Amino acid sequence: MWKRQQGRFRPVGCGVEELRRCRREREAALRKARREQQLVSKRLLRDDALEKAGGVATILGEAEIQQFLRLAQRGTEEKEKEKALVSLRQGLQHPETQQTFIRLEGSMRTLVGFLTSNKALLQLEAARCLHELSHSEQPAVAEACLPATSYLLTYLSGHSSDFIELCLYTLGNLIVGSEAVRRQLLPQGIVPALAACIQSPHVAVLEALGYALSQLLQAKEAPEKIIPSILGSALHQHMLRLLQPGPKLSPGVAVEFAWCLHYIICSQVNNPLLIAHGALSTLGLLLVDLAGAVQRTEDTGLELLACPVLRCLSNLLTEAEVEAMGGQLEDERLVAALFILLHFFFQKQPSLLPEGLWLLNNLTANSPSFCTSLLSLHLIEPLLQLLPVSNVVSVLVLTVLCNIAEKGPAYCQRLWPGPLLHSLLDMLAFSDTEVVGQSLELLQLLFLYQAEAAQAFLQQSGLQALERHEKEAQLKDRVHALWKTALHRGPDF
Amino acid sequence: MQLPPALRARLAEGPGAAEPLPVVRDPAAGAAPFRFAARLVRFPREHEFFEEGDVQRHLYLQDVFTQVAEAPERPRVPEFPCQVAGCCQVFDTLEGYEHHYHTLHGNVCSICKRAFPSGHLLDSHLLEWHDAFFQILAERQDMYRCLVEGCEEKFRSSHARKEHMVRSHLYPADFRFDKPRKNRGPAPPGAVVPVSAKALGGHGEQSEDAMEVSCNGPVVSLPAPAEEGWVTPELPGRRAYSHRVPATICFGQGASRGFQSTKKRGKHH
Repeated sequence: MWKRQQGRFRPVGCGVEELRRCRREREAALRKARREQQLVSKRLLRDDALEKAGGVATILGEAEIQQFLRLAQRGTEEKEKEKALVSLRQGLQHPETQQTFIRLEGSMRTLVGFLTSNKALLQLEAARCLHELSHSEQPAVAEACLPATSYLLTYLSGHSSDFIELCLYTLGNLIVGSEAVRRQLLPQGIVPALAACIQSPHVAVLEALGYALSQLLQAKEAPEKIIPSILGSALHQHMLRLLQPGPKLSPGVAVEFAWCLHYIICSQVNNPLLIAHGALSTLGLLLVDLAGAVQRTEDTGLELLACPVLRCLSNLLTEAEVEAMGGQLEDERLVAALFILLHFFFQKQPSLLPEGLWLLNNLTANSPSFCTSLLSLHLIEPLLQLLPVSNVVSVLVLTVLCNIAEKGPAYCQRLWPGPLLHSLLDMLAFSDTEVVGQSLELLQLLFLYQAEAAQAFLQQSGLQALERHEKEAQLKDRVHALWKTALHRGPDF
Repeated sequence: MQLPPALRARLAEGPGAAEPLPVVRDPAAGAAPFRFAARLVRFPREHEFFEEGDVQRHLYLQDVFTQVAEAPERPRVPEFPCQVAGCCQVFDTLEGYEHHYHTLHGNVCSICKRAFPSGHLLDSHLLEWHDAFFQILAERQDMYRCLVEGCEEKFRSSHARKEHMVRSHLYPADFRFDKPRKNRGPAPPGAVVPVSAKALGGHGEQSEDAMEVSCNGPVVSLPAPAEEGWVTPELPGRRAYSHRVPATICFGQGASRGFQSTKKRGKHH
């Protein structure tokens, strides 16, 4: 079931080293774009087999574009017409040709004419030309495609799955290209069109649809203008259906819809509605299923799905409605699954550890049952092993430990034995205020509920470790208070 | 990070919650200068906490993830013609054939042979062009359904509908799949009727039309970047229709549809 389909999309790179370098560069560019709130990506659907046959594409000038369009219109043979559009499409892979094309009067009109023509192959080729244009980084190119959108939407209710897939990827690219496109697509009925299309049995169509929808949901105006209408359609119920684990679950499709769900949930438009439709149990089961898959397969890119699933669950758990559901969600397997995923992240993608620990915090904050599971499943030691990963991870791990400790003596008694004190003393050697601060909080709870903790702390030269921080403005009050407690409680034993 | 071996076994077992240990809190916990309180954390979309995961997501979108892998082999096949009687289109890929079949033989009006890109548009066409009852009702009430799927509005005339589609849905005024029926009263002044439809309509019931089946007949009408409209008709005087599918013959999934059979229509996908 968990096997990623590969090869349909791929970078134009070559060797492994080249790929790595390219990846690092892109990562840096994406990080910068995100900070500037300009994070936008597009997908390119190209059939490599066709490209090879066609040879190397060259930049086209105005005259050549015109010639190809004329040939496609008036050519004497079908093959000739089709070939003219193929040449045009190959030219359109170049940004220069794209610019020339959109500046050329009547060119888009002609292309839309082919798109709506009664020659299926010309139509398909015209759609591919549009797809190349949709991939442009220039908003002006996306806006030049505006005359085509009503047709792209109309074709979504057709029967030709390859064609629908192409239309969906093109729409998905255009959506993020410019706000003007979105302002037109919404009244043109993109939401009902997607809601009808999501019932397609074709996996490729569903993945493309998830992509287009996720692009729509990333728009800045989504919380006000887009999400309400999506929640008003049946789309979200289908999305949840497509995320249900089972033999029908397709990872590629699930990745797209899990991200869609994340964008919806973190916008907090109507999360109680999603909870009412069973979002929590679906996502919980998916998490358990994912953990099972992680153990069976190697390096499958499952983190791409795990990440949005963790986010959805974490954010949904903060809704007041969850409280009203009582213990329904306290399935111990969630904790087991989460630790298996943490282990997977630790080995493959440590940068995602904070997301998993965030969920662990939200699971344990108000639930004595989940806290007890962590103790009875012997998960404290593995958790402590994450402490050295990074400051962010340390703070989150310590917070989860505090969640358990603050439930009282019975919890601290089970928490205490083992390497906890040793790890905490290591943390006190850190200089990060937040890490040390959170360690002090945990020590206070331990001293309060587990008297032998203070004694052991004194014996292990804990006071010297505290001394290091007594001048730190944000820490000194707590350091002194802890000092006092330790001296007061410790010698009693 | 080492996980206890029993953890995997726990995952394999059924659902169930642990019986919680007794919770006993001391008011001194979290008292100043300490400040800890267990709390649920929510992160909004733009929070920097999400940066790393978002970057991974976008790397995946841009396909840096899918590393070197072979493109799926598209089976090459010897040239073959469309199997629908009367259609002579030839193909060398199955994809091309599939697309052609769905486009031209998928949603076909059995009466006038026009093909439509969706069942919704074909339904509207059948009602508006070939249903006498519709014509009678249309004189009394709003019958022209909006062509945008998901919009439930109805209008007194196709002209009013067009205005609605342009105004409310930002559709192009010359939307190609909205062809007013010819000879149905005077066309409202100023109505933007695609030239092609009018020009081609002159050829009688079996007029050439967008997406209509056509085979080795005359040159297909295709749009030109010209002033006069979408389609530059390059039709010779008369078409040979001898290859047309008889209305009584149906071909599996892409069966053409006439008004009389609409009620029995099953959903085919």
